[in-house]
Amino acid sequence: MAVIANLAIQFVQMLLVLLLAPLLTGFVRKVKAHLLRRQGPPLLQPYRDLLRLMRKEVVLAENASWLFRVIPYLILAATWVAAALVPTFATGLIFSWSADLIAIVALLGSARFFLALAGMDVGTSFGGIGSSREVMIATLAEPAMIMIVFTLALIAGSTQLSTVAGLMLSSGVGLRVSLGLALIALILVALAENARIPVDNPATHLELTMVHEAMVLEYSGRHLAVIELAASLKLLLYMSLIACLFVPWGLAPHGAGPVAQFGGAVAYIAKLAIGGFLLAVFETSIAKMRVFRVPDFLGAALMLGLLGTLLLFVSRSL
Amino acid sequence: MHGLTFDVAHMFAGGLVLVSFMMLYQDRLYALLNVFALQAFVLSLSVAWQALVQDAPHLYVTAAIALILKAIVIPVALHRIVARLGIHREVETVVGVGLTMLAGIALVALSMVVMLRVTGEADPLAREDLAFALSVILLGLLMMVTRRNAVSQIVGFMSLENGLILAATGAKGMPLVVEISVAFSVLIALIVIGIFLFRIRERFDTVDVGALDRARGERL
Repeated sequence: MAVIANLAIQFVQMLLVLLLAPLLTGFVRKVKAHLLRRQGPPLLQPYRDLLRLMRKEVVLAENASWLFRVIPYLILAATWVAAALVPTFATGLIFSWSADLIAIVALLGSARFFLALAGMDVGTSFGGIGSSREVMIATLAEPAMIMIVFTLALIAGSTQLSTVAGLMLSSGVGLRVSLGLALIALILVALAENARIPVDNPATHLELTMVHEAMVLEYSGRHLAVIELAASLKLLLYMSLIACLFVPWGLAPHGAGPVAQFGGAVAYIAKLAIGGFLLAVFETSIAKMRVFRVPDFLGAALMLGLLGTLLLFVSRSL
Repeated sequence: MHGLTFDVAHMFAGGLVLVSFMMLYQDRLYALLNVFALQAFVLSLSVAWQALVQDAPHLYVTAAIALILKAIVIPVALHRIVARLGIHREVETVVGVGLTMLAGIALVALSMVVMLRVTGEADPLAREDLAFALSVILLGLLMMVTRRNAVSQIVGFMSLENGLILAATGAKGMPLVVEISVAFSVLIALIVIGIFLFRIRERFDTVDVGALDRARGERL
């Protein structure tokens, strides 16, 4: 009976992330529009877009291979699994043993690998540009992400998200400058990975600057819908990751009753709303940087991660 | 020792190293001066915390000197110099930001290895402060080496001096007289350097120190 209940909670978590993801994207768009004194599309617009794309016909290039058709589902699957592993409203779910930071990084990395392949599959120049830029960003973002994981793992003694969140909830953490550095680095990496404004603009098809949009230019119909859903899921994933690692208050502990879990869900939605609002404010107050400035931006993230690890070694060795 | 005392000291000293990196990252002069003021502010916080921990009231004076002189007077003076020279839009670095950052990380790692080995028996608070102070000093030197603009070299020099003060407060027992005289010599150095800046500019129409090398015939 307990197993069934645990499975049910895990299932609720998987459905929750999938259903909330487009809402989060819509919310960020709405807040951004309001900040620019525009009305903006309604909150539920991303769902309608997805439905509309689902009903549309798929147009495939003549020389598209089977890989091109399979990749959207692969990307969605990898991203969804990763997003479902991050503790959102409760820790200690039944699949928590596999909710490892390195596993999540690997899942996202394989999703990106397939997306880059899809960009090059048809052989248009835009897809190639997008893929090469995406891979350039990835070569810088992934080492930074790994350094962040090292910092957290050194503090918590584990790379399991539930354990790390549990440690952050306890008062044994104290005041650590390394954690602050890791938080800033993680935010920088998240902005780059989700193609948000200083690195890429999610709302434009301006050919000189786009990275993510250039890769998915050849997709249409339900393939595009699946890819867009995966992109929203990725944004939700990074936001839940930051919330779970650095502001874990309100997470229901392992084996808590339904009331605590409901409270956790409310806290989670509040955290997402705050995160989305901050993202929108940040995006409207900053300009997009040139593609060749991106290495500096991500180099700063890598540097922060390295510095955090170094500082941790110092305080350990004393 | 892992009490709150140590954690806060660690946070301020680590913050100082972080701000040093921010200075390496900035290539605009005004932004550089703002970050320099921030560094002096963090330094004064760190010194004040040490004063509280060590129960040494004269360190409060050091903190106040750092705050008034370095966080307010010197940045404002440099701001005015930059404005009068009309060089606020100049962007000059010898090597790229990424390479400088990597060199900076290597220097920080080096100073940690050296300092933690050398100061085996000392008090943890002092050891940790010394390690960070050496990193700040080396980063200041790196800043002076990698910039061509004379104003950024001055900022590098001043941040080096911030590192010295951090080392001195961590080591317990720097007399107040020494501290005050150091502070004033830095101020005088600023005045001298300021005059030199205008002389260099009068002579060569630029504050790029590469012009000095060319004048000596070292480079074409």
